[in-house]
Amino acid sequence: MTDAAINAAATTLPAIAKEETPFTRFRKAFVEDKVAVAGLVLFLIIVSLALLAPWITPQNPYDLRSVDIMDSRLPPGATMGEGFTSWLGTDGVGRDLYSGILYGLRISLMVGALSGIIAASVGMAVGLTAAYAGGRVETVLMRIVDLQLSLPAVLIALILVAALGKGVDKIIFALVVVQWAYYARTVRGTALVERRKEYVEAAQSLGLSNARVVFRHIMPNCLAPVIVIITVQTAHAIALEATLSFLGVGLPQTEPSLGVLIANGFQYMLSGKYWISVFPGLALLLTIVSINLMGDRIRDVLNPRLEK
Amino acid sequence: MLAFILRRLGQATLVIGAMIVIVFFGVNVIGDPVYMLISPEMDQNAIESTKVALGLDKPIWEQFVYFVTGAVQGDLGRSFVHGEPAIKLILSRMPATMELALVALLMAIVIGLPLGVYAGLKPESRISKAIMAISILGFSLPTFWVGLMLIMFFSVMLGWLPATGRGDVVRVLGIETSLLSWQGWTFIALPALNLALLKISLVIRLARAGTREAALMDYVKFARAKGLAQSRIVGVHIMKNIMIPIVTVLGLEFGSLVAFSVVTETIFAWPGMGKLLLEAIQRLDRPVIVAYVMVVVVLFVVINLVVDVLYSILDPRVRLTEAKA
Repeated sequence: MTDAAINAAATTLPAIAKEETPFTRFRKAFVEDKVAVAGLVLFLIIVSLALLAPWITPQNPYDLRSVDIMDSRLPPGATMGEGFTSWLGTDGVGRDLYSGILYGLRISLMVGALSGIIAASVGMAVGLTAAYAGGRVETVLMRIVDLQLSLPAVLIALILVAALGKGVDKIIFALVVVQWAYYARTVRGTALVERRKEYVEAAQSLGLSNARVVFRHIMPNCLAPVIVIITVQTAHAIALEATLSFLGVGLPQTEPSLGVLIANGFQYMLSGKYWISVFPGLALLLTIVSINLMGDRIRDVLNPRLEK
Repeated sequence: MLAFILRRLGQATLVIGAMIVIVFFGVNVIGDPVYMLISPEMDQNAIESTKVALGLDKPIWEQFVYFVTGAVQGDLGRSFVHGEPAIKLILSRMPATMELALVALLMAIVIGLPLGVYAGLKPESRISKAIMAISILGFSLPTFWVGLMLIMFFSVMLGWLPATGRGDVVRVLGIETSLLSWQGWTFIALPALNLALLKISLVIRLARAGTREAALMDYVKFARAKGLAQSRIVGVHIMKNIMIPIVTVLGLEFGSLVAFSVVTETIFAWPGMGKLLLEAIQRLDRPVIVAYVMVVVVLFVVINLVVDVLYSILDPRVRLTEAKA
């Protein structure tokens, strides 16, 4: 492992006191795996490129004044009308692909992260309610979860966006609907185990309200599996959003995510102009793989069955 | 046994019932059902008469009864675009999708099984590690992007296989198929491979895990002690035991292959029901969307039912625990 990689991983984490907190232990176990650290570094590079897009790209693809139709479908390395070099080529309407990809990453990452956070919150609330309330509430909630998980995600999402229409808010809603059930099922499983432990009984006998017992005592102990699912599901959500946008039912042309960019390039692919689809696709691929590499390691570290 | 099947049938009917309710209220709550069920060229009088004809002037519960009666009789409305009954349209496209899904399933076994068994027999070798890396990649790569890459390499750069469409179909025993000619196979190769990719990764993992477990079993050691050839031990003794879970999982995954074919069919312009669904979504052809959802849900429920019943026949423990619960 290179020192640079370790430093890059370490600087992103806040300074911690000397004693062994669970977080310190987690960090130490995480950096033991070179592949996972590489994934983390790659992911951080991608996120910073996306965040810094307005300052490090030669062109703002939203600003129509800076786009010249004469520049359309230029191969990688060509010089644009404005004088700068387009290292990755240009798309069908003359936008610089490097700029387009960085701006597209912003949308793809935002949609993935937001839908993941909302779905995790909804799923946790449902899972905790089911586990704590028990009885008929639990049966009904878990039947809904079973019903939804028995149908493939891509189908549910397609039908939802068909009914709702295009737009960032609608696609986030559809992704939340697709994902929440995974969290609900896992959190309920963990919470059922936690609920029978003595600290919950102690909290209840102190006369604490149900809400306080659930959210302050049980919930923190159910977080480990949620963190694992968040990484896996965020990668899924980004891929699913790209798929829907590629099919033309996800995000509109005015909000070009990576999926929209790939879809725009598809029509030129058969004539050999590969770069319009291939480079946004590679960006998507690196994003998903980097998240999955981290997710694999996080799952191993947080899995209690594998603990030494 | 009969009680078990009856209870499962009851559950299956409940699921289909729940989906009818969700789809019906989905269509009615999201947007005006009148504009979903008539064509946009109609004038006001025609709209009113359609309303009456469709029963949309009646209270919502009566409409629900109307919708359910129609659905039970197989009537889910007419397509605006094609003017034909939606259900007939879906069913006419079904053979193409089934053909694609079946070939994909076949590919998953033919490609995935040998790779998985090899990785299970020699878990430490370099080739095995490469196989596992490929299977992880197969899980992470978005299907549509792999489809684009397949077209780029095999159709645009190498020119080996056609990029889009389906070969000439022949009618055999009432079912249309394009698999009887070599040309048909050249058309189906890329889309089927694209659709199979996720399942190939799945089969590799299952076969590897199963082989590693089976290789340590006494019956394998005994077969080796008897002096049987390695090929016979792997081909007969190990294969027999790892096939049961693989076939079960693939049976359950068949439904998801059909659902995922929406993406593959759109990329490769394969004339199946997934492509029909996407066209329906883009043109707001709602009766076709509803019909597609109902057909796929019924397909899912039937597959789950068959797998459950088969399992309870093969493994009596399943129905015994069910009876207790």
